[in-house]
Amino acid sequence: METSERLPQEHRKLFRERMNLGVWFKSGEPWVWLTATAVGTSIIAVLGLIGIIAVKGLAHFWPADVITFEYESELGEQQISGEVVQRERVPRAQFEESGAGRAIDISGDPTRLMIKSGNRRVNPPDFRWIYTHDITKQEKQQDLITFERLEWGNAYGTIVELRQDGNAVSTVNPWRELKKRIGRVVDLRRQAKSIQNRSIDRINYKLEKLRLKQRKRELQGNFNTSDLDWQREQLNQEYALREHELNDINVELDRDTVVIAIAGGRESVIPLKNIVRAWQPNAMNVFSKFGHYCASIWAFLSEGSREANTEGGVFPALFGTVLMVLLMSVLVTPFGVVAAVYLREYARQGVFVRLIRIAVNNLAGVPSIVYGVFGLGFFVYLVGGTIDSVFFQAAKPAPTFGTPGLIWASLTLALLTVPVVIVSTEEGLTRIPKSLREGSLALGATKAETLFKVVLPMASPSMLTGVILAIARAAGEVAPLMLVGVVKLAPTLPVDGNFPFLHLDRKFMHLGFHIYDVGYQSPNVDAARPLVFATALLLVIIIIVLNLTAITLRNRLEARYREAMN
Amino acid sequence: MTENSAPSESVIASPSGVRLAAKLVGSTDTRSPSELPADDVCLKVSNLALFYGSKQSLNEISMRIPRQRVTAVIGPSGCGKSTLIRCFNRMNDLIDGVSITGRIELNGLEIHDEDVDVAQLRRQVGMVFQRPNPFPKSVYENVAYGLRLAGKVPKSELDDRVEWGLKSAALWDEVHDRLNDSALGLSGGQQQRLVIARAIAVEPSVLLLDEPASALDPISTLKIEELIADLKTRYTIVIVTHNMQQAARVSDFTAFLYLGELIEFDSTLKIFTNPSESKTEDYVTGRYG
Ligand SMILES: Nc1ncnc2c1ncn2[C@@H]1O[C@H](COP(=O)(O)OP(=O)(O)O)[C@@H](O)[C@H]1O
Ligand SMILES: [Mg+2]
Repeated sequence: METSERLPQEHRKLFRERMNLGVWFKSGEPWVWLTATAVGTSIIAVLGLIGIIAVKGLAHFWPADVITFEYESELGEQQISGEVVQRERVPRAQFEESGAGRAIDISGDPTRLMIKSGNRRVNPPDFRWIYTHDITKQEKQQDLITFERLEWGNAYGTIVELRQDGNAVSTVNPWRELKKRIGRVVDLRRQAKSIQNRSIDRINYKLEKLRLKQRKRELQGNFNTSDLDWQREQLNQEYALREHELNDINVELDRDTVVIAIAGGRESVIPLKNIVRAWQPNAMNVFSKFGHYCASIWAFLSEGSREANTEGGVFPALFGTVLMVLLMSVLVTPFGVVAAVYLREYARQGVFVRLIRIAVNNLAGVPSIVYGVFGLGFFVYLVGGTIDSVFFQAAKPAPTFGTPGLIWASLTLALLTVPVVIVSTEEGLTRIPKSLREGSLALGATKAETLFKVVLPMASPSMLTGVILAIARAAGEVAPLMLVGVVKLAPTLPVDGNFPFLHLDRKFMHLGFHIYDVGYQSPNVDAARPLVFATALLLVIIIIVLNLTAITLRNRLEARYREAMN
Repeated sequence: MTENSAPSESVIASPSGVRLAAKLVGSTDTRSPSELPADDVCLKVSNLALFYGSKQSLNEISMRIPRQRVTAVIGPSGCGKSTLIRCFNRMNDLIDGVSITGRIELNGLEIHDEDVDVAQLRRQVGMVFQRPNPFPKSVYENVAYGLRLAGKVPKSELDDRVEWGLKSAALWDEVHDRLNDSALGLSGGQQQRLVIARAIAVEPSVLLLDEPASALDPISTLKIEELIADLKTRYTIVIVTHNMQQAARVSDFTAFLYLGELIEFDSTLKIFTNPSESKTEDYVTGRYG
């Protein structure tokens, strides 16, 4: 009896609650929460992504302290100096199972450090793990020097002796003397490079041109080459002269060496010509460390890579990426705009145009590697091959344009991105008010005049939107590029001082491919890892900068035309 | 001017108002356009018919539009007023599926002839639309637009012609110190006068105005009407309006169009005081509209 009386009451309560929930749902508030959560998640994902890349990439350039460790190992007492690049906890089970570590007398999970100990040639490996419980002693030696070398990676050690032509140099302050002599080597290297670039490369380029000219004449049945021989003779003489200068510099470069003591009691002789820079991290204060940090980042941006891309900078890849994207924009914009103008302004709107439009939209969905294959087959082999057999007969069998290169990569990406330019330009054209077109026509303008003077300027923000989308897509694309022009290591930049200055036929380097190459194809994974992050960060920044530039431009134009649009 | 602008709709909107309206009519011309000597005819329309696809919008229209007078075209909306005046500068050519029969002679020359340059024709027959449509360029560039199209003009001459155009449109005093500012910053009324300046700068002989004041406030409307009175000494003006007082105030002749047919075309005084057709009387007295 009691229960049946209480039941309706409870029912009512339940009902009321449900009603409340129903009201809450109807108010739309859950959707607000849902959408806000989605937005929040996306923002966190983006910030987290950039954050991780930024932290890992930027930390690499900080001049880390070099610590000298003494530790126990199976081989007995060991000593190494190096930078701590990673610290991680190893689950105890895994540690015991591996059997690698020695028996330990601590409880909990052991911790291990990854030490970048350098000195790859005399004391490999240059990266090694040590367990913290094995360490018996650690200290920071103030006079420890980090050497960044052209070959063999970093070296860590203290100066034993400076040598000039094999004889010890007596000096009160060997560190200052060393720095002075490294400065001299840097100068000499710069001179040598300038002779190489300005003279020797240029002479080689001219000699190659001469060879092609001669070959061309021979193909035409003209064997009179006396004028060419004379020119060649001149060039060869100059070449000999320059080579001589270069040899002198090389002799000078070989003059100095430094003997260093490395951890574990060994010594190592480093020729100064092999040193990029040297610093004493443990003796530096925060400000000089910061100065060094900035210099390292600049070196990363402005220098070429060394040691199979695991050391040095990314300048050629940076340059190649930006140049390729710019070239792509220059190619895709007129093409996309002209196509859109035809489709929207001139073509009779009907089934056929609608089919074309559908095809264009679907083109945007084709996987990019397919474009790469197409670019290789069509641009490189067909177009490039034809160009070669018509204009570069003399260079055969070596291909000039019939091989992957900058122009083909740019064209392939232009093709890949042309749909977005067409679509957004068309959208812009439809948004131009009819009244403005009529106003122009009523003043006696032809259709073309109206198009150029009124319609296209007003549609320019939409075109730029298309270009922005194109850039965003093209700059991040790697797969098709590997087929049509990007290489792991390009011997020359696509722009140099030899006529015609921009060499569209050259192969080039690209940040996206560089990341892949450094990350996956590298012979020294540990050394390369920070560069992967730094390069990825750079690529992201470049895309952001290119986009922001275009977006600013677009917004300016949009502000100018906004009122006329309503 | 001030006496004419005051009356409210209701003055004409009653049968007895027709007589009152006589006082409001600005023009004293009482001749019928059909009596005009051939020399005074600027546009001669004969048997003009127009089809949008299969739908007929103008039916056998014949009229003689007098030179250097203001001709108003009135009629309920959708009756074909815009369509009619757009025939005069061949703007209808731009619309797909339009077919036109009949003749339109401008100063004795058939405008549909094959050797007529449409751009040239449109420079002779200027047009101003219902909503001000200045280009998103500077005031100066708007007026110079048509001049530049005609060919290369020296800068000093261009300056003179722009100034002249703006003065003719009674806009110079208001904009002479901001010629390089965007035309979109002007008020609606100023924009409409700018568009008129743009049209007269190329020195047309005919000016077509399609409800030029319907999107404007009363003060701007007044200025436009004053401007029309000024301009009629130099141009043949055809103005479409749905505002009866406006037609009465500004025009010398009035054409009444109904369902694509020209019901009556006569002096404005006659149309508003003593129309021959009962449909016209019904319309001007507000029985339908
Ligand atoms: N571009 C067009 N295509 C088809 N029909 C049109 C077009 N423009 C106008 N019309 C038709 O022609 C008739 C006259 O239109 P319009 O000249 O604009 O009238 P009004 O200016 O007198 O209001 C209307 O019935 C209208 O629907
Ligand atoms: Mg109309």
